Order: sequence, then structure tokens, then C-alpha cells
Amino acid sequence: MKFVAPDLMPVLPELFVLTMSCIVLVVDMFLERQQRYITYWLTQLTLLSVAILILSTPAVQESKLAMFGHYIKDTLGDTLKFFICIVSATVFLYSRDYLKNNELFRGEYFVLGLFGVLGMMVMVSAHSLLSIYLGLELLSLSLYAMIALNRDSPTAAEAAIKYFVLGSLASGILLYGISMIYGVTGSVDLQVVAAVVSGKHDHDDLMLVFGLVFLVVGLAFKLGSVPFHMWIPDVYQGAPTSVALYISSAPKLAAFALIIRVLVYGLGSLQGDWQQMLIILSILSMMLGNLAAIAQTNIKRMLAYSTISHTGFLLLGILSGTLEGYSASMFYSIIYVLMVVGAFGVVTILSQSGLEIENIRDLSGLHHRDPWLAFIMMTVMMSMAGIPCMVGFYAKLAVLQAVINIGLIWLALIGVISSVIGAFYYLRVVKFIYFDEIEHLRRKQSLEISRDVKFVISANGLLIIFLGLYPTALMTWCTASLLD
Amino acid sequence: MIALTDYLMLGVILFCIGMAGIFLNRKNVITMLMSIELILLSVNFNFIAFSRFLNDSVGQVFVFFILTVAAAESAIGLAILVVLFRQRRTINVTDFNTLKG
Repeated sequence: MKFVAPDLMPVLPELFVLTMSCIVLVVDMFLERQQRYITYWLTQLTLLSVAILILSTPAVQESKLAMFGHYIKDTLGDTLKFFICIVSATVFLYSRDYLKNNELFRGEYFVLGLFGVLGMMVMVSAHSLLSIYLGLELLSLSLYAMIALNRDSPTAAEAAIKYFVLGSLASGILLYGISMIYGVTGSVDLQVVAAVVSGKHDHDDLMLVFGLVFLVVGLAFKLGSVPFHMWIPDVYQGAPTSVALYISSAPKLAAFALIIRVLVYGLGSLQGDWQQMLIILSILSMMLGNLAAIAQTNIKRMLAYSTISHTGFLLLGILSGTLEGYSASMFYSIIYVLMVVGAFGVVTILSQSGLEIENIRDLSGLHHRDPWLAFIMMTVMMSMAGIPCMVGFYAKLAVLQAVINIGLIWLALIGVISSVIGAFYYLRVVKFIYFDEIEHLRRKQSLEISRDVKFVISANGLLIIFLGLYPTALMTWCTASLLD
Repeated sequence: MIALTDYLMLGVILFCIGMAGIFLNRKNVITMLMSIELILLSVNFNFIAFSRFLNDSVGQVFVFFILTVAAAESAIGLAILVVLFRQRRTINVTDFNTLKG
């Protein structure tokens, strides 16, 4: 038997992140309390160099398999991994001062964050059901620990155990689906699975459909769409704000990739079956997410329900089953992450000197305290509501167009109606910011925002307006990365 | 000779017991962790059975990975439980109700 050394070049970004997270873990052991900033900068260095590494590798014309077919390097993976790294770097930047204020500025946060990023990268580039499972678990296990990081907070531990139980249950269901698919096709390689499934003439194969249902349920759990959404509001509310910022952002990009890899690349020929399931999930998510958000007074909980409604829109593009729809969904997920990082970023930055932003009312009068931050928050909220000129409008338009093009006009109508309902609670936040008096407690609180944080959050807000005016470039990029 | 369907039926039964353990259990979080473990084991059973009847070793390799991940998972779950018990002095499921809405 001859030993063939595997070609590790395609896996370089993942290997780099893995090595660096181990280095950060070890270096952090030897640091004093005051030197903790070294851990932070090492983490940022890692994420930014990976982003540059991904961009600098010449675009390959055809996708390349590695790790015995368990890993694929293609433009879809590269694009999403680039955004995952940039977004996670931004998340760490926004949460830095919050962590320092709350005695959470510890090495574990950054190491777990990096391992989470590694998990997301593996998910994005997975080419077999095994690597999908492993990437997903690496991400989930890091998240469980990150939520419980604040050991003194009574809500954090409760949120963590709830997320843990439901998350593991979801993994179990997903695995059950995978085992069924393996039983039918005899392989876990997505290419082989696709070939065997499309070769089957009777699509009514009970075991295959059984496996598909379990897979979709597992994916819906991880993405957080109704009726498998129960964990999202509790986790967002209970977790430290900086961790909620992390969970709500980059993992959604990975979840999008996961759905594309499994449902489109792997089980594309069963599109008629999963389309119906996704239609139900997306209608429920859009309606329930937006209706429940209206009743919320806690801002993190409100953003959680808004996330649920956004996943509904995200699914619209995927269920259309066309290239146009997939790229619209990819565009939507990137834009959603941009917006949610802005929204949670403002909330994290404002939670200073022992005064957390818990309720929407805590934002009242923000305009008088920091007009620029108030303007950014307004931009983000208007974009989430889908008001023209902001990029959120274009993202919604693109997914709705994809749905109309396959003749599901009634579904697009439901989307529009739910988005109109949603506009109410987004605009209510704007009303609090601009037209309400500052709360008594916060009147004396002075806001101190570091210069780099201010710069990035400004760039974040302005990017939402800029992309709203010129969305074509990003849209073309999304379509191009899905082409091969 | 035991047929493939028999193994699959056993897997289904284990899976359902696990599910019931999570949703019907109103007492103890440890029972929930055990139920999750049971679900993963039912999946392992499926994989092994398929692997044997398809004459393909990938299923068995998959089981190794599931076992490893399950071990890590329960370690984290128990750690979270310890944190929770320190604060609340209880692991009763119905007492975890501060997050609502």
C-alpha cells in the first residue's frame, strides 16, 4: 500500500485558523491581566490575515476537492469565508470595550470565538455529510460555552442550558436524517449522494423522504425558523450582549451555506419535496417573527424575533430553486449580517458603565446624547424594515422577485404584508431615539467610544446606505460565486 | 438472521424514547442529557446496521466521530449544569423560567 500525502493547499485557511487558535490559547495562559490586549490583537490579526489569504489566492476556475473528498474549495466557499472572517473581526472589535466593562475580557472568549469561526469555515466548505456534522458541532459547542461565559449572570446559564438541550436535540435529528440518507445512497459524499438520488426513478422512496424530512427539521432548528425557533429569543436575551452579537451574525452565513450544500448540491433532485417544506417554514417565520416582535419591550428579544422573520425571507430565495433565487438569498444573508451587526453593535457600544441597554425604552433620547450613533441606528432600523434607499429594501426585493418568477405570487404577497407589519416595530425604535426624552438614569452617563470602534460602526452604517444605492456589484459577486 | 428492518426498528424505538424523555420530562435536567445521549446512540445503531448491510466502512467511521463529539457535548452540558446549580441550587426543569415572552 502506498501512502499518498494529501494536498493541503486548499485547506490552508482552516489550518491557519486552527494553528492560530491553539497559539492564542497557549499564549493567553502566560499573560497577566493587564496584558490581555495581546490575546485580542492576535485574534484580530488571525481573522484579518485569513481574510487576506482567501482573497489573495487566485480565483480557481473549477472547484477542487481535498481531504479525500470531504472538503471542497470553490468560489462560494471562498466568498462566504471572507465575509465570515470580516464580520467576526468586527464583532470582536465592537465587543472589546463591553467585555472590559463587564469583567469578561478573558482569553476564553476569543479562543472559543476563533474555534467557532473554524467550525463555520468547515461548514461552508463541507463536501460530505460528515464534515458538515463536524463543522456544525464545532460551532455549536463553542457557542454553548460562550453563552455561559458570564458565570455570575443568572440568565446566561439558563439561556445556555436551553440552547444546549435544543441544539443537541437538533443535532440528533439532523444526524438521524444523515443516517437515513447514508442508508439509501451508501455514501456520505455529497456528489455521490446527488448522483444516486437523481438516478432513482421513484422519488417516493419512503426512507429517502424520511431522511429528507429529518434533515430539513435539523437545518430549520439551526437556522432558527418557526416552528423550531424557541431557543432564539431566550438565547439572545439571556446571553451577554457581545455573545448575542456573535451568535446573530456570522453563523447565519454558515447556516446559509449549510442549506445550499445539503439541499441544493446534495439533494437537488428532491427539490419538489423540500420546496413545500421550506414554503411552510418561511411563511410561519415571516408572520410569527414579525407579529411577536411587536409585543416585545426588550430590545435583544425584539431583535431575536426580527432575526426569525429575516430567516423566513432568506428561505424564500432558496425555495425558489433557481440560480437567481440562490444568489438573492446569499445577498440577503450577507446584508442581514451587515444590518444585525450594526444593530447589536450599537446596543453593545451603548451598554457602558454598568448601565446595560435592556429595553427599547433605554434608547430614548439617544439623538441628544450621540447624534451620529443615533443616525446609524436609524439607518440600520430603516434598512431592516426595508425602506427604499437602504440596502434592506433591495435584498427583500431580490428574494420576492425570485419567488414571483417561479409563479408563487401569493407567497410574495405574504412576504410583503409581513414586512409592512414589521416596519411598525423598527420605526418605533426610531421614534424612541429621536422623539423621546432621555431617561433620568442615563442623563448623567457620559458615552466614551474608542476611535476605532467609532470608525468601524460608521463604516458599517454608511455601507448600508451605499449598498442601497449601488447594490449591483455585490449582487454580481454573489451570482458569480454560485455559478460553478 | 436478523434483518435490516429489525435494526432500524430498534433505532426508531430508541429515538422515540429519547424524544419522549426530553419533551415529557418535567423534573430533572440530567434526564434530558441522558435522553440526548440516547438519541445519538440510536443514530449510531442505524449507521452500524447500514454499514454492515451495505458492506461499507464509512458508517462505522461516522460512528466514531459521533461518539467523540457526544463525549465533548455531554462534558459541556454538565459544565453548564454545574454553573446553573451553583446559582439556583436546583436542577428542576420547571424552575428555569426567568426568560419568557
